[in-house]
Amino acid sequence: MVSPARERPPKSPERQGPSRGAHPFGTALLAAALLLTVAASLAIGAGDVPIADVLPGVFSPDDGSRAQLIVHELRLPRTLLGVAVGMALGLAGAVMQALTRNPLAEPGLLGVNGGAALAVVLVIAAFRVDDLLVYVWAAFAGAAGAAVLVHLIGARGRGGASPARLVLAGAAVNAVFSAMTAGVMLFTPRTFGGFRFWQVGSLGGRDMPVFLRVLPFIVAGTLLALALARPLNALGLGDDAGRALGSSPGRTRALGALAVVLLCGAATAAAGPVTFLGLAVPFVVRTAVGPDQRLVLPYSLLLAPVLLLGADILGRVVAPGELETGIVTAFLGAPLFAVMVRRGRTRDL
Amino acid sequence: MRVIRAAGVSLRWEPRTAAVCGVLAAVAACAAVLVVGSGEFPIAPPDVVRVLLGRGDQATEFIVTTLRLPRAVTGLLAGLALGLSGAIFQSISRNPLGSPDLIGFTTGSATGALLQILVFGGGAVAITASSVAGAVLTALAVYLVAYRRGGGVHGVRLVLIGVAAAAMLEALNSYLITRAELRDAYEAAFWLTGSLNGRDWSQAVPLALALAVLVPAALLPARSLGMGELGDDAARALGVPVQRTRALLTVAGVGLVAAATAAAGPVPFVALAAPQLARRLTRRPGAQLLPAALTGAALLASADLVALHLPVAVPVGVVTGVLGGAYLAWLLSVPGRR
Repeated sequence: MVSPARERPPKSPERQGPSRGAHPFGTALLAAALLLTVAASLAIGAGDVPIADVLPGVFSPDDGSRAQLIVHELRLPRTLLGVAVGMALGLAGAVMQALTRNPLAEPGLLGVNGGAALAVVLVIAAFRVDDLLVYVWAAFAGAAGAAVLVHLIGARGRGGASPARLVLAGAAVNAVFSAMTAGVMLFTPRTFGGFRFWQVGSLGGRDMPVFLRVLPFIVAGTLLALALARPLNALGLGDDAGRALGSSPGRTRALGALAVVLLCGAATAAAGPVTFLGLAVPFVVRTAVGPDQRLVLPYSLLLAPVLLLGADILGRVVAPGELETGIVTAFLGAPLFAVMVRRGRTRDL
Repeated sequence: MRVIRAAGVSLRWEPRTAAVCGVLAAVAACAAVLVVGSGEFPIAPPDVVRVLLGRGDQATEFIVTTLRLPRAVTGLLAGLALGLSGAIFQSISRNPLGSPDLIGFTTGSATGALLQILVFGGGAVAITASSVAGAVLTALAVYLVAYRRGGGVHGVRLVLIGVAAAAMLEALNSYLITRAELRDAYEAAFWLTGSLNGRDWSQAVPLALALAVLVPAALLPARSLGMGELGDDAARALGVPVQRTRALLTVAGVGLVAAATAAAGPVPFVALAAPQLARRLTRRPGAQLLPAALTGAALLASADLVALHLPVAVPVGVVTGVLGGAYLAWLLSVPGRR
């Protein structure tokens, strides 16, 4: 695990200024990578679309051209959703890790996805709705409930909420939720048909209204999370030091949790449960730029959509009939998690 | 602790543990008899017992031995296997959450079975074989990744790596389910929940045969396992071949999970809860293998009885999942324990 000393932000007061300007090269590089991935996501996929048709397809599709319609109706919403969901999950992971001071914290592993999934399937079964806006609210409620439950369980007992205890509590709560989700699904075979596709986590088959409906929540969560960068740095010093620096740890935790729930709830409602992205992105970013949240948060925001869209594109080309995004992130993310666990000082967990 | 010596063989036993084992076995047997009695054509428990003793009338005998007994037997044996393997892995990982259903072995076993059901379309024997293969491969992978020279494999590292493996395999299982026809997918999802519905002797008999080999293999080195919990060095000083014992028990534990999952699907939480309950019932430290196995059998048979009497047909895995949730919240929130 990352030692507390490495989590500490720079101490000298003169470095408290706008530090984003300190890494203009990194920002430009990531922004370029994001643009490239977006372009690739628009250009690559099943269905023959000549490169010349991509740009017209995005902006003013010609009704007669099948290729341009594919770009406009399928790939454009998928790509936009990928950017939004990726940003949301990467940022949520970074905020969660800062809040819990736990490099293994991850929305998927800490039960948040499982809670959202259970709430969604319950709502479908109980009210027979098939409306994404309702999914979003259900996913929020489920995500928030699960996050609180996992934290309560993980924090009880000797030693408080250590990284391993939280992951274990999350795994256990996830197991309970998935048993209950399966139960509800089997009672109501009608829900099963659609839910089995949502359950995998995918960007495919979502249209523009889906993107537009979750967008406000993701934007709100993103702004809130970015505004918390400095208080999160203070929290990283420990509660007492944070208080001495004039920040309020309780308020930071509450607002941070709100941001995580907004981001995860919206992302999960739109794309289904996607694991390990929230783990991988802040980890990679922290390795590159250090522990200052004023760098970690914006860089996570830029890097996560690159990886999510990359996974999505990989899924489109690697198998006939497409591999869902959630499968690809799980298969790429799990090995990284294993590496982190092996490297860490697990003796004292 | 009392000791019986006869003809050069000594047997150590502890009165409370023996009493607990007796009660657990009785609970398991009663639940199984009631399971056999439940259904569209209810049979009173005395009649069930009469048939089992070979003195029932022909119609009842058909219903009992052909239709319902395999289900009850599968439940008892699968519960036994899950409880035993849970005790083994919790002891090896020295963590109450190190049970095979949380660290991916059960999920891997399910992946094997799903591949067979949905992709290759093999029969019952093939499903059993690939379920076992799935569990073994997963266990092997988790162990290899968690292994570190000098430190061995036990502890939280094993559990966390197992959790990652479980997350990955769950994604794969969901993927397989999306690729199937709706009917097959529904059947597979039902199986994935853990169910005893429609079990016949073709599930019960292979499970019984597997247990005939694996249970003795697990119980014989039990004493060494208890010493292993003192720490590797202390155990070695007491003359226990630590790594060999651990390897043998791991093989037996993986086999038990695989056999149980092949027969009943990945039933959640029995392997997690049974060893802990057994520990509390016997009030003894260390892995209580036999009590844990009997607790598992009693738990799964009782859960199946509950599932049979709910107003809607539920697979037994939903019952153990929900009960497991309540249990788990309690386990994790008892102060001062892990």
